[in-house]
Amino acid sequence: MIAAHYVALQVVLPLISAPICALFPRRSQLTWGIALVVTGISLFMSFNVLNTVLDHGLISYELGGWVAPLGIEYRIDVLSSLLMIIVSAIGAFVLLYARHSVEREIGKDRIHLFYTMYLLSFTGLLGMTVTGDVFNLFVFLEISSLSTYVLISMGAEKNGDPRALTAAYRYLILGTIGATFYVIGVGLMYMMTGTLNMADLVQRLPQVIDTGAIQAALAFLTVGMLLKAAVFPLHIWLPNAYAYAPSVVSAFLAATATKVSIYVLLRIFFTMFGSTNPLDGTPLSMILILLSIVAMFVGSIIAITQVNLKKLLAYSSVAQIGYIILGIVLATETGLIAGLVHLFNHAVMKCALFLALGAILAQRGSIYLNKIQGVGKQMPWTVGAFVTAGLSVIGVPLTAGFVSKWYLLKGVLEQGWWFVALLILISSLLAVIYIWKVIEVAYFKPVPENAPEAGEAPLSMLLPLWIMAGASVYFGIDANTTVDIAKTAAQSLLGGAP
Amino acid sequence: METILGLSVYWLTIMLMMNGLFIVIADGNLVKKLVGLNIFQTSVFILYVSMSKVYDGTAPILDEGIKIYSNPLPHVLILTAIVVGIATTALGLALVVRIRRAYGSIEEVHIHQIEQQKEAEEV
Repeated sequence: MIAAHYVALQVVLPLISAPICALFPRRSQLTWGIALVVTGISLFMSFNVLNTVLDHGLISYELGGWVAPLGIEYRIDVLSSLLMIIVSAIGAFVLLYARHSVEREIGKDRIHLFYTMYLLSFTGLLGMTVTGDVFNLFVFLEISSLSTYVLISMGAEKNGDPRALTAAYRYLILGTIGATFYVIGVGLMYMMTGTLNMADLVQRLPQVIDTGAIQAALAFLTVGMLLKAAVFPLHIWLPNAYAYAPSVVSAFLAATATKVSIYVLLRIFFTMFGSTNPLDGTPLSMILILLSIVAMFVGSIIAITQVNLKKLLAYSSVAQIGYIILGIVLATETGLIAGLVHLFNHAVMKCALFLALGAILAQRGSIYLNKIQGVGKQMPWTVGAFVTAGLSVIGVPLTAGFVSKWYLLKGVLEQGWWFVALLILISSLLAVIYIWKVIEVAYFKPVPENAPEAGEAPLSMLLPLWIMAGASVYFGIDANTTVDIAKTAAQSLLGGAP
Repeated sequence: METILGLSVYWLTIMLMMNGLFIVIADGNLVKKLVGLNIFQTSVFILYVSMSKVYDGTAPILDEGIKIYSNPLPHVLILTAIVVGIATTALGLALVVRIRRAYGSIEEVHIHQIEQQKEAEEV
């Protein structure tokens, strides 16, 4: 009976538990426990919903019994459930890792507030993936964004970096501009169609699609979500935000926040505006393809020059988002499969990479390239996981990254753009350079005498790290699950409303 | 002439929107940036509220004898957006207080200088 409400419960439960966590100052273990249990229950509910969707197709859940399109509706199809699983799984596994990491990086009297904000961010991101109402999406977008700004600013706690504060401030300004652009788009759409429900918009938009208001709405929605998804050149907030935030926050955000914004872009282009094919040979698709190719190169090249390893991974994220956007903008089935599979794989890989860096920070005290020499000998398991996930970033066969690059190349070659395929291969080679930089310093340099005594990371950190790194290899060897889900999602996106 | 006067609300909205964005981009003081952000968000509120007005409609409160009401939905959407704006401003100002404590200044040029120095020391 209650299983019918899992759709809403998985979002509401973390939302209610967040202020409960704030009620326990100085009880850091208890708040971690509450957060872990709640995200675990949400993960269980997400799996349940995923199974229901895979068996029965689309789920439509009306909040409070109010019938759509007047009421708010939660609408879950295969694409939403893919994103939902990504958010809840990464949210739960990173929390397993978080206890030790957070204690090192944030003062004891603020840890309960950290978990409060973490649960709020988790709620917001999960809510964004399941809702079927455009304004409800804005509300969840802002819930997740505001808590994210706080989480990032917590990187300035204890012996952290005050640059986390300016990074959070800059992300606040840019993120609010992006969200407000989204609201303007929603307002213009409501003005012309009179509805806020996504499924209803699919019916009503084709009649008004040629008006200036709807064209302007598409522009505002696109720019707003491109900003939140950190597509070049609107990525400026990302490097500093990921570099100076606490390690747990970097891992969680890098794997979820931009992916959910890309999901919103998919909903805008293929579900709501799907009937006009805004990506079919239009200037918009040309611009996005150009920008994603530039992102692939600029992200990788700047990553090569970085000394701060977290910033290196952040710029690498910018490049990977370029791959995802390139796949999506191709607007063919193969292209969408490539984009969605890379979305999932990148979430898993980046999470593993940032978790590994967090472990190195906890044990050696620094994530600067010139201060972690020889760490590969002191922490073999941690750096091993880093190398595994790094191989996936490069796209070595037998890792997940290879599968997504394969589909991307296939999609690009289907269009006959052999030059773009060549560019994709060259930028993948650039990834070899920056991953090799880390491998060289970690394994081939001796440990300096004044380095802190570093043992291997504790099991609570190693376990989630190796689950993620293992997943990036597993989904490269057996890619059937991800590709099948991506294929179903791609077909439903291209075929119009689910 | 009719177009200019008839669309006066939209002219106002666009002027406020552009003003707000310009302040965010051009001004170097962190608090002033937040003010610009607020002006930008206010323009969105005007956009929504203006679309809810129905010609000859009164306030959307049920009463006897009144047939035409203004659309209450955009009002509700704007209440949500206003609250979000308040939370954002409060968070932004809290961050500015912490930045002042850490850097000693809330002017972007000074903060940028200090950050450049930090970065030069790292490499």
